[in-house]
Order: sequence, then structure tokens, then C-alpha cells
Amino acid sequence: MNALDPAPWIGRALQRTEDARFLTGAGCFIDDLKRPGLLHAVVVRSQHAHARINGIDAAAARALPGVAAVYTFEDIRALASPIPLRLGPLPGLERCLQQPLADDRVRYVGEPLALVVADNRYTAEDALDHVQVDYDALDPVVDVHAALTDRSILHATAGTNVGARYTVGKGDVAAAFATAAYRRREVFRCHRHAAVPLETRGLVAEWDARARHLKLWGAAKVAYFNRRWLATVFGLAERQVELIELDVGGSFGVRGELYPEDFLLPFAAMQLGRPVKWIEDRREHLLATNHSREMECTLEIACALDGRILGLRGELLADMGAYARTNGGVVPAKAAQFLPGPYRIANVGCQVTALMTNKTPVGTYRGPGRYEANFFRERLLDLAAADLGLDPAEFRRRNLLQRNELPYSIGKLCPYEEACHYDSGDYPVAFERALATLDYPGLVARAAAGPDAAGRLHGVGIGCFVESSGAGPAETARLVVREGGHIDLYTGCSTMGQGHETAMAQIAADALGLSPGAFTVHHGSTTHVDYGHGTYHSRAMVMGGSAILRAGEALAAQICAHVARVHEMEPSMLNYHCGAVVRRDDGRTLATLATIARDAAAGDADAHRALECVGIFEQSTRTYTYGTHIAHVAVDPETAQVEVLRFLAVEDIGRAINPLLAHGQAIGAVVQGLGGTFLDELVYDDAGQLLTGSFADYLLPTATDYPNVEAITLEHVRSTLNPLGVKGAGEGGIVATGAAVANAVAHALRPLGVHITALPLSLNNLARLLREARARRAV
Amino acid sequence: MSATCRIRLTVNGLPVMAAVEPRLLLADFLRERLELTGTHLGCEHGVCGACTVLLDDAAVRACLLFAVQTDGANITTVEGLAPDGRLSALQECFRERHALQCGFCTPGILITAHALLVENPTPTRAQVRHAISGHLCRCTGYVPIVDAILAAAARLAANA
Amino acid sequence: MKPPAFDYAAPDTLAEVLALLARHGDTARPLAGGQSLVPVLNLRLASPGLLVDLNRVTELRGIRVDATGTLIIGATTRHRAVELSPEVARCNPLLAAAMPWIAHVQIRNRGTHGGSLAHADPSAELPAVALASDAELEIAGPSATRRVAANAFFQGLFATALGAGELLVAARYPAWPARRRCGFIEVARRHGDYAIAGVAVTVDIDESASVTATRVVLFGVGDAPQRAHAVEAGLAGAPLSAATIHRAATHAADGLDARSDLHASAEYRRELAVVLTRRALEQTLAPRRADAT
Repeated sequence: MNALDPAPWIGRALQRTEDARFLTGAGCFIDDLKRPGLLHAVVVRSQHAHARINGIDAAAARALPGVAAVYTFEDIRALASPIPLRLGPLPGLERCLQQPLADDRVRYVGEPLALVVADNRYTAEDALDHVQVDYDALDPVVDVHAALTDRSILHATAGTNVGARYTVGKGDVAAAFATAAYRRREVFRCHRHAAVPLETRGLVAEWDARARHLKLWGAAKVAYFNRRWLATVFGLAERQVELIELDVGGSFGVRGELYPEDFLLPFAAMQLGRPVKWIEDRREHLLATNHSREMECTLEIACALDGRILGLRGELLADMGAYARTNGGVVPAKAAQFLPGPYRIANVGCQVTALMTNKTPVGTYRGPGRYEANFFRERLLDLAAADLGLDPAEFRRRNLLQRNELPYSIGKLCPYEEACHYDSGDYPVAFERALATLDYPGLVARAAAGPDAAGRLHGVGIGCFVESSGAGPAETARLVVREGGHIDLYTGCSTMGQGHETAMAQIAADALGLSPGAFTVHHGSTTHVDYGHGTYHSRAMVMGGSAILRAGEALAAQICAHVARVHEMEPSMLNYHCGAVVRRDDGRTLATLATIARDAAAGDADAHRALECVGIFEQSTRTYTYGTHIAHVAVDPETAQVEVLRFLAVEDIGRAINPLLAHGQAIGAVVQGLGGTFLDELVYDDAGQLLTGSFADYLLPTATDYPNVEAITLEHVRSTLNPLGVKGAGEGGIVATGAAVANAVAHALRPLGVHITALPLSLNNLARLLREARARRAV
Repeated sequence: MSATCRIRLTVNGLPVMAAVEPRLLLADFLRERLELTGTHLGCEHGVCGACTVLLDDAAVRACLLFAVQTDGANITTVEGLAPDGRLSALQECFRERHALQCGFCTPGILITAHALLVENPTPTRAQVRHAISGHLCRCTGYVPIVDAILAAAARLAANA
Repeated sequence: MKPPAFDYAAPDTLAEVLALLARHGDTARPLAGGQSLVPVLNLRLASPGLLVDLNRVTELRGIRVDATGTLIIGATTRHRAVELSPEVARCNPLLAAAMPWIAHVQIRNRGTHGGSLAHADPSAELPAVALASDAELEIAGPSATRRVAANAFFQGLFATALGAGELLVAARYPAWPARRRCGFIEVARRHGDYAIAGVAVTVDIDESASVTATRVVLFGVGDAPQRAHAVEAGLAGAPLSAATIHRAATHAADGLDARSDLHASAEYRRELAVVLTRRALEQTLAPRRADAT
């Protein structure tokens, strides 16, 4: 069966099968899991941003009734291993890794110092108050410029706060800038903010000493990699370690990576011989779970007078926090790689400096590096357009890659990857669709007409992007036919709310000519498949979905071969069709999945073997989505309040497995990005204390903030890099939100001389910009 | 340290008797003692709304109440919203409109939406947004949730 | 984030509450709606030995209007009850206007009128409304009950005139004059958040629409709600018009105590004070639907 035949289930907006349990409160999230004899852990965390630890006195804590143990670095020293780099191995970062507990030094507020284990969470927190830590405070380094001076160094073995530094380029940047008729350079800043899923992290660890088997619940994203590391660290074989994914309350990149607690919980379970649970509370989450996005970029553009971009060069200073986490240098590396975006730019250069600071370590958050890069570049494009007397849309039109220019090489702009190509797409189609839908010329005219009746200034802004998806190297799907012909589908992918249980069943249904209801999808846990990779970089449909196609093809061939053997026929005389094996000549059904399953249940070993198979899809070349975001805003210059009157995200994802789900991803990502642009902000004081330590101060968007958001999912140009023709849909909705909104606000406030080069566009920041502009005008 | 208190209350229509430490939060009482894990904890300081339950028909934060305070009260959690195991009109509309993704915020929002529609069967879009403004959802962007609640209001009115 | 251990009492009468507060002094905290206190406990920012639950004391609850037209709101009356009360809508339109700005409905279902007043958060709406309404706060103590005018009750950041062992039992809002207009506005980061700056105003006019009395109260700006005396002076005796308002409002930041925090600088708050004072006063140009004039 050809996977690209007109497909009855792929492409349909099916309602989700997983919803029933979530709607009735019957989901099982990590804190819902109970195990017999369960103990509860809390983490003692550093209250200083940078300090020597002279000692930790846990005697009083240990003595409290109900406290089972308190572990410090001394207890874990023999087994402890630093959290490894999984991705983004920029040379130098290996000197900045984090141990699961601090030894004699702490480097960020929130760094784990000890683990307290007790009968229940209340008692564990009581014990926490009794743990005494003797600190000698050291000078904290709280921003990249202070870090660069190396006056106070975080990692002695590195001898510098520069975690990594490198330069990438394509073409001849120096020549391009030397000869260009127009050049403009600006310094842009993106602020620290984070994914903040609604469910905090959590783990339950259980060690069966007799069987020597470790179970860890609460896995997500990259369970197979984590299992490999945990097995190595605890001296076990991988099959002795099982990571189990339950229902997951969102992730957006930050959950599922290896953190100190992923070591500490199994350690405690092994020591105590009882299962141990740890649930991160919200205050901890804001301190301990990966932060992201904080970087400064000095970006320079070189153009011809007609607006053709000749060159783009930048210097990126990325604030990595105190340690290099599993994502290594992905965030700044991708920011540099995505600087050119969907444009025809022959000469690109970027120097990237990853700096260590006494703040929470940084990791990937939805669209990592892209959100930042798109903001830097799209803002600069608008500034250049204004200087050159060109409408910002027209400026982009002249530089957007055309369909016939793809595949387009962006060269080797990431040091740990080969040269990359934008594989396929029609960028102007998405661009023009966005502009037409919002009536771009009308909005330009509206802005030019001056303040509205309420005194607000209107503006329109554009942000164009490309987005990579479908990260490799491979993914596995396993199909097992059960009684009655029902099929258990096991995927190495993980699910955090995207609806894979439904979408994957749709793919499997088309692959095998059945209905989606014939399948139960099992995701994320390491027992499901032998070689899984997980869900990240918008890969589940591309890689996981394609693996399901492979598995379906394999299953069809396998059962045909089985039936052929049983009937002593040539397999070529048989056809698989919609769950049945039929004779090609007269169409007679010889067997069905249900009849073979019955045989297997009756003890037929051959039948049993025929009913299970594995499909592996391999692809290391990524496939790129692309699109345009456009925003219409109204700014009250007296109060600095901004209303997003309308926001539209247009993205071509090649093919939507389930349009309802794809649209949901886009809307959710847009609102998350708008919040990130106006509200979300992690603020530190000069002592390295996190001031936005709870939801009272770290602000997430609510239902009343951005009600006027729309998304158009195009299925215009399919991917040629996988048999489904799909591209990943999870991140494009966020990546140009900062860019489009900043351009819209800048457009609205241009008559007042306001200059926007930094995020967030908080009330206070905009008020300051308005005040400074007023002062300049008064002079 | 502090004496346990006896409480008697009704939860999802069933009588409950328990002895609780005063500091036991209502959310933890429901989740741990009654094993009603549909009520979730997302912040424990009253902002995210994931722990919202009905207390004597009013939507409140279960993380800001102590179980000991609910002696004599009538509590409804998400588990009590679906009659006889069938999904309510509200739950059906959530499913139809893809008003949930990870599902973590969903129980709290269903509780608030349920209380809203009881008090105001014909809310405007703006009223729906205000009613759920005290809930954080990180996945959906809220638009489908508002659509689902309005659809449920229309369906309930049509069936009335 | 679980609270530390505490003892718990839920008396039925005010007398018992006062006796417990007297006996336990500083270690006892009254618990009304809990919407401000319980987060503090969960964050372990406070560790009271005894929580005295006020929610069973029926005499502390209720909304009534006495013979003089004074609106009396019991301290443990839920915000939601005040928000939906026809008596409040009739007897204090400013209070009615402010209610929907308080947090979110789930908080209002539990939070109390007296709790908010006694907590005296500088960004809260009710202290400003009380000040603008010339309210009196009724306080019960170990020996006696006393009344304190709003302008003496709110003393600073989370500070009120409540002394040791005292409890706020009711707020009394004087009768609303027939020709009174009011306005209410605030700017917050998001709907339902604490105000960065807000203004509550009352304007009394005579038959010729000249201002006979006014209260212009700024909140969120300083440590406590503040009267903008220069604005009030600029309006006194003047005809109520857009021009008068505009001129008077420019003085809103005069002598203003403004604080800086994470969300807003003092300068931004001062700027908002002027703009929001003008806009709140502009609301008084049109009578509210319920007005007789």
C-alpha cells in the first residue's frame, strides 16, 4: 500500500482519543502516581548566587520524626557524575558541567545542595527548615558584560567565564560590508524567560534490589538518552533501567532533560529500598528548571540602495547561566544559525560567545534561538527599510527566497553540524497570504492617519521565519496485533499534550487500511521500543510518523509472508488489504489480523511472530517550515498600554496529519510568544537573587490578554525528506511573535521617535522609552 | 504538634468523614486522602487555577483552603461533573473544539465554566474570558476554550 | 510549598475570637478569606502558632443599610456578595464599580471585604474606595469597640490602625449624596492583577454643576492610598468640565509618594497618576445610570 495514496484518515480533524481521561480528571500525571511505601523528597537549594560551602549540618533535620534521610554531596560522591551534554557540544562547555549536588561551591540561587527524604511532603519541608548551610559569599556575576571581565570566575578549571566562543560564516562578509552602499548596526537584547509548563517537574524512583531493576516514572522528551546515562552512572545494564512516561502537563522543551533530580531520586530509592517521589513546587520550578532566551546581539546589515541585502554579521553574547546543561550551546548556536532567516543573503557571519553567569542554567525553550534571532533580524530589517525609504513589506519581498531558489544552502552556520539547506517551500506564498489577510496596506494607512478616537497610535509589524523540524537521526515504531485484531502501537516518541495518541493512530490507520480506533498508542517509555529517540525539535510526525509507516508496511508484508507459508503459496499471489490477506486472483480472504491473532493465542508460534514488527525511519537531514507573522497593535502613548488588535501566524507545514491539532499548536504557540514578548520575564537583582520567584511576579498570558489571535496552516509544499511529506508543526507559531510585535509597536511609536531594540515590551520598558523620546523631543 | 480535627463533608455527592491535621490543604486532602487526583496543583499560591473546585457551588482555589475549614461543606471536583460516566455538554464541547492539549489545567477550567453556566447560561464572549481569566493554560492559547464554553452554553440552551 | 504546622480554632462568636486573639497575642492570626494569608503560609513566609478562623462567626457577615442610609458591610462578607449586592449598587456606586477589578472571580468567591481592608496592600482597590467614600472602619478590641476614619486607618505599607488583639468587624460607608458622581480606573499588567496605579474619585456637584466636594484617591502608587489634595483644590468650587478636570489633574503627582518595584518605576507611577486622575474624573462628567441627576 502506497503511503501517499489519497488517505482517508490523515488530514482529518479528528477529535482526540486522549481527551476522555483528561476531561474527567482521570489522567495520570506524575503526582497522581502512588506506590506502596512511598517516601517524599524535597531539595535543599542554595540561597546564594555564588558562594563557597563550608559545611552542611543536617543533624537536626535527620532527627525529626518522619525523616528517612538527608543526602549531601559526600553521600553521592562515589557515584556522582556531572550532567552530560546531549546536544550542542560547543568546545569549552564540557568544563562547565553540573554535579547533581553542589560540592564545595554553589553557583546559582536554587542550586541543589542536599536531598531530604521523609514520610510526606509536609514533614520533608519542615525538615528542610532545619538544614543549616554554612556559606562564604563570593562576588556574583549577573550579566554577560560582568562575566566577560572575568573578575569573578565561576569555573576555576575553565579559568574564564567564556564557556565557549566561535565564529561561523558563509561567503565573504568583510568584502560585502566594505563595498556596500548602505550599512546599519544596532545592539539588540532579548530577555530571560522560560517555558513554564503548568505541571512542574516530578519523579518517582523505585529500586527492586532482588531483581536489580530501577524504575523511574516522570520521564519525557528524551527517555532513551536519559536511561543510557543513568545506567552508566549506576553501573547497570540499560535493560535494568526503565524510564516510564505518564501523562505530561506540557513541556515546551524544558521537561525531560537530565537534571540533578534525575540522579538524586534513583540514588535515594536505592539507598532506602523504598520508592521515593519528588514533585517540584512552583517556586522551585522558576529557580531550577531551565531558563532561556537571554542574549544580546550586535547585528549589522549591508544593503544595496535598492534594498537587496548583501551581508549580515553579528556578535552574540549569550547568558548561559551557571552551568552548561544537556542542551549545551544549542540556544546561542541556533540563534546564530537562524540569523539569515528566509532571505537571500550570500554573506553571513556571526561570532558567538556563550557566557557563564551566576543564574539558573539555560536550556532549550520552544523555538530555541529562533525567537531571539528573528527578533534581532526582523527589527534590523525594518530599521534598514526606513533608512532606505522602502516599505518594510516591499523590502522583504525583494529579499525573500523564491521557490525556485530552494533547496538553498545556508552553509555551515552551526559548528557542530554540516552545511544546512532549506529543503523546500514557497516563502512568498505564506508572506503574501499573511499580508492580504490582515490588509497590510490598509493597516499602513491606518497607522499613518494618526491617533484613533481614544488617542491610541496604531502600527503594523511583520516577522518572517524559517524553522527547522524533524530532527534525526531515526525513530522506531513497533506494532503488535492482539486479540480481535486490535493493534498496540509503540512509539519511541514522547508526548506532552500534542495529541500524538490520536495523530499517530491516524497514520497507522492509513498505513494498514484500518480505522484509528483499531489502535492504542503507547508513548515515551523505554520499554516500548528498543531504539527510541523521543520528541524534540518538532520531530514526532516527521520521524515517529514515518516510522509508523515503515512498521505498517513491514507488518503487511510480514503477515502476507506468514499466510503464504501456511497456505504454501508464493507471497506474490497474495495482497494485504485493510486488515486482511486476500488472494490476488479471486479476491478471496484467507486470513485476517483477528484470525491470525486467534491462531497465536492458540499457541501457534509462527502466527505469534508474524503479528509483531518494528519499523525504523532514518533521516538526518532536517525539513524546514516557513511563514510570516503579522501584528496590528494600538498603543496608548499616555499609559504605555498595548492592545494586540489582531495577530496572524501563517505557516506552511507541508501536510497536516490532523488540522485540528496543527491549528491548536499554532494558536497555543502564538499566545505563548505574545506573553513572552510583553509579560514573561525572569528578573535578577545585583546579588543574583531571582526577584520573579512566583506567579505573582512571573506573569503568564491569560484569556483576557490576547484574544484576537489567528493562525493559518498551509499545506502548500510537501517535504520530500520523509514518506509522509510532513514538516513539524510545534514551534513555528512562536518563533516570530517577538519580531512581528516589536515591529508593530515600533511602527506605531515612530512618530514619537521611540526606538525599540530590546524585549520585553513591558509597560515599564515602554513607559521609559516614551519618556526618553519625550525628553529628546523637548530638547 | 497540632491536634487533628474531625470533619464531615460531602464530596461529589458522597458523605466523607476524616480526621485531618489543620495545615492539610484541601487540594492535598482531595488528592491524597480521597484519591481524587483530577484536581491538580500548579502553583500552590492561588494564581494558576488548576486546583479550582466548587465549594458550596462557588468556584474556589483548593490550594488556599484547609480541609479543616470544609466541615459541613459540599465540594464538587472534576470527577463529579460527568453524570453517570457520560461526558457533560461542557466536556463534549471541550473535546470537539480541541480546548485541551496536555489536560493539566482542564479540570479547574471545567469547574469554573460549569459554575459560570449555572449562574449565567448565556454569557457573552467577553464574560467567558473574564470568568476564566483566573486560570493559566500554557498549551491552548485560550481561544478554543472560550469557543468551547460558548458552544456548550448554546447546546445547553437548545436542549433546555 | 506546604505550610508549617499551626493550631486551629473556628469559634462561633466574635467574643470568642477576641478572647483567643487576646490570649495568644502575636502568635495568633485571624483567617478570613485566606486569599492573601494562605499563600504567605504556603511560601513559609509566616509561621503563626494559631489560626483563628472567622468564617463561622455569623455576626461578622452581611450587608445592610441603616436608617441614615449608611451602608454597613460585615468584615467577613465575601467580595462576590458585595459585587452582586443591589444594596451596594444603590448605596455606593464607586464600590460597585471597583469590585470587578479585584483579582478573579475564584478569589472573590472566598476573599472578604474586611480581609482586604485589614491587609492594606498598597495596590488594593478597597482601601482607596474606603478613603474616597469617607468610610469608617469598625474595630473590636479586648475592651471596647471603636470607629476609625479611613484616612486614619490606612497608615502605610500593610499597616493599619489595628492594634494588638483588635479585629476589623465592619466597614461603614456614609449615605451617598444624590448629586455625587464617581469614577474608577486602574492600570495593571493583566486583567485582575494588582494595580500599578489606580484612581478612585467622588465628585459632589450643586445644581449648577459646580464642584462642592471631591475626593481623589490614588492607589498602587505609594505605600498606602493617598488623597491628591492639589487636584481636589483645583476642582473645588469650579464648574465640572473637561477643561477644569484637565487642568486639575496635572497636579496629581504633586507631593505624591511614589514607589518603584519590579513592574513599574516611581516615574511611571507618577505619569500614570496624572493620566488616570484625568480619565477617572472624566468618568464623572456623565452621571451613572443609577443616578437621579
